[in-house]
Amino acid sequence: MNMHTTPQRTLAETALIDAFGERLSLLPGDGAVMLKRDDAIEAIKGGLPTRRIESWHYTDLRRLLTSVPDFDPAAVAKAIAPIVEGSSVLPVLNGVSSAKWAAVEGVTVQRLSEKLTDGSIAPGLDSYGSDDAIGALNTAFVADGYFVDIADGAQLDKPLELQNLQAGGQTHVRLAVRVGAGANAVIVERQAGEGAALVSSVSQLLLGEGAEVTWLVVQEQPDTATHLAQFKAHLGKNSKLTLFIMNAGGKLVRQEVVVKTTGEGAEFTLRGINLLAGDTHTDVTMVLDHAVPHTASTEVIRNVVTGKARGVFQGRINVHQYAQKTNAKMACNTLLLSDDGEFSTKPELEIFADDVVCGHGATVTEIDHSHLFYLMARGIDEKTARGLLVKAFVAEVIEELDDEAIVEALEARLDNWFVAHG
Amino acid sequence: MLEIRNLHARIVDDGTEIIRGLNLTVRAGEVAAIMGPNGSGKSTLSYILAGREDYEVTEGDILYNGQSILEMDPAERATAGIFLAFQYPMEIPGVATMEFLKVAMNEQRKARGQEPLKIPEFLKRVKEAAASLNMDMAMLKRPLNVGFSGGEKKRAEILQMKLLEPKLCVLDETDSGLDIDALKIVADGVNTLRSPDRAIVVITHYQRLLQYIVPDTVHVLYRGQVIKSGDKSLALDLEANGYAGVIGQAA
Repeated sequence: MNMHTTPQRTLAETALIDAFGERLSLLPGDGAVMLKRDDAIEAIKGGLPTRRIESWHYTDLRRLLTSVPDFDPAAVAKAIAPIVEGSSVLPVLNGVSSAKWAAVEGVTVQRLSEKLTDGSIAPGLDSYGSDDAIGALNTAFVADGYFVDIADGAQLDKPLELQNLQAGGQTHVRLAVRVGAGANAVIVERQAGEGAALVSSVSQLLLGEGAEVTWLVVQEQPDTATHLAQFKAHLGKNSKLTLFIMNAGGKLVRQEVVVKTTGEGAEFTLRGINLLAGDTHTDVTMVLDHAVPHTASTEVIRNVVTGKARGVFQGRINVHQYAQKTNAKMACNTLLLSDDGEFSTKPELEIFADDVVCGHGATVTEIDHSHLFYLMARGIDEKTARGLLVKAFVAEVIEELDDEAIVEALEARLDNWFVAHG
Repeated sequence: MLEIRNLHARIVDDGTEIIRGLNLTVRAGEVAAIMGPNGSGKSTLSYILAGREDYEVTEGDILYNGQSILEMDPAERATAGIFLAFQYPMEIPGVATMEFLKVAMNEQRKARGQEPLKIPEFLKRVKEAAASLNMDMAMLKRPLNVGFSGGEKKRAEILQMKLLEPKLCVLDETDSGLDIDALKIVADGVNTLRSPDRAIVVITHYQRLLQYIVPDTVHVLYRGQVIKSGDKSLALDLEANGYAGVIGQAA
């Protein structure tokens, strides 16, 4: 018999385990789904990850998750306008999807609660590893969200905005999107709300052959919310995915990106902006698998750190043995604007193929004083000049998106953050 | 308009004194040329006038319209009407040139209690100024000075000067890096700004620029002091005989 001591459970761990017992009878799912939920809660019973788990080294979830709010089914989440006018909106309000939506040609939408009830989503609830705490938390509690199917060849002329709007308490949501061969879409994932919530949100994207998708994660939680999110994608042959992540809020945030190129000729682009303020903790962790030959990726993360904020970027690129001719480049640049802020960057390249081009770089800088002098010498006061330079640092990444409506919408979100934190 | 009295200044970082008892007066309407060999303190003087923090004034004063500017930061000096055309304009990625021009013009207007410019009026002014300097508007769609050639940067400086309409213009080696055609265009741009209520200080190493921007006064700077002042003939004398003679007389 194995003898081992389990450390005493934290308040948060106990609260999660108790909540599962209370929620279980209310959660949708057939037998297969319920088995996945059981496995997931067992993983949580084993303890939340600590800094001793390598992928959680800079975000000790066990220590940082100090409390877990109760579910609050009566709370009302406030609807918000999409970032790009005219977008089709699919809202999840306080964890509940809408039963009605405006039809879009080539797009089939199902409520995720139905996919849980009939069990058809069950295979997607698997965790991707033993350190997949966010996946486990979400699988245990997920009650709703959307399943979106974009038909082969569909060309969406307006963005599709998936909104996850919390109203305090707990929300556990899953947003699954399948994009058919040759289809083309802009998808906005909006994460916001007004409460001291615990949110877990898992997005799953499957790109068919030749599909092209720009996916924008706009996370603007209040500084009382814990936001644990995961974005998982499989990239089929000759497909293109541009993932843009903007973190501009939240008290404790972890955004995981798990991407696999499964078809030759696939291209992945990650652009991220972390705007960090106050006494907050924000972690972006990427695991990218180049699993087949002739695929390419670039990742650029720009961080602005103010106040006592702490930020983390972990970028792991695995180039599999047969993934020859892989081209991967990763950069993480931080503008550190306060003495009390910090940012940790950990690039990891694991390369098992011998004919690849891979590189990474990281910088931490302050505002360039000669730039500041130049702007001020034209009559721009110091505060405005600093604002221009900080904004320029991150706007460079936005402007790369090369779509006027999206660039304008994201710059508006950026301005919004600067007004609140400038 | 500008009166520099017994100015002493040093580099903050290492304490090296660069300006050592400099006196200079420039009147409204005047074009004053400041010449001098390398290392005499010409560029330092221009930075000190603009308020760069890397230099510290240890003695003396700089009066602009009778008031000391030493306590003013660069932005306050600029809105008061002092403009420095940089020898090496900064490249600032991510800041769109047009956006920068709009913010600068409107910040200065705001500081003077004027309404911000309406977009059509702003565009009209920029187009006119750019055309007069033979500048392509496409260039202004790029980030500020990024990828501009040396000559384009100098033109962009003069463009800003025209748009901001300063009262005291300081041109630091504006001729360096310009071919003769660009030099003429830039000089024409400066000459159109000559007016009875504006003073222009032209800092240059060579007499060449002064053929096109004819100065009223010429001052020789050496080891942080003005060692000789005269009219435009002094510049010609320096061109013919070099700085050695003037330096010899002063020593």
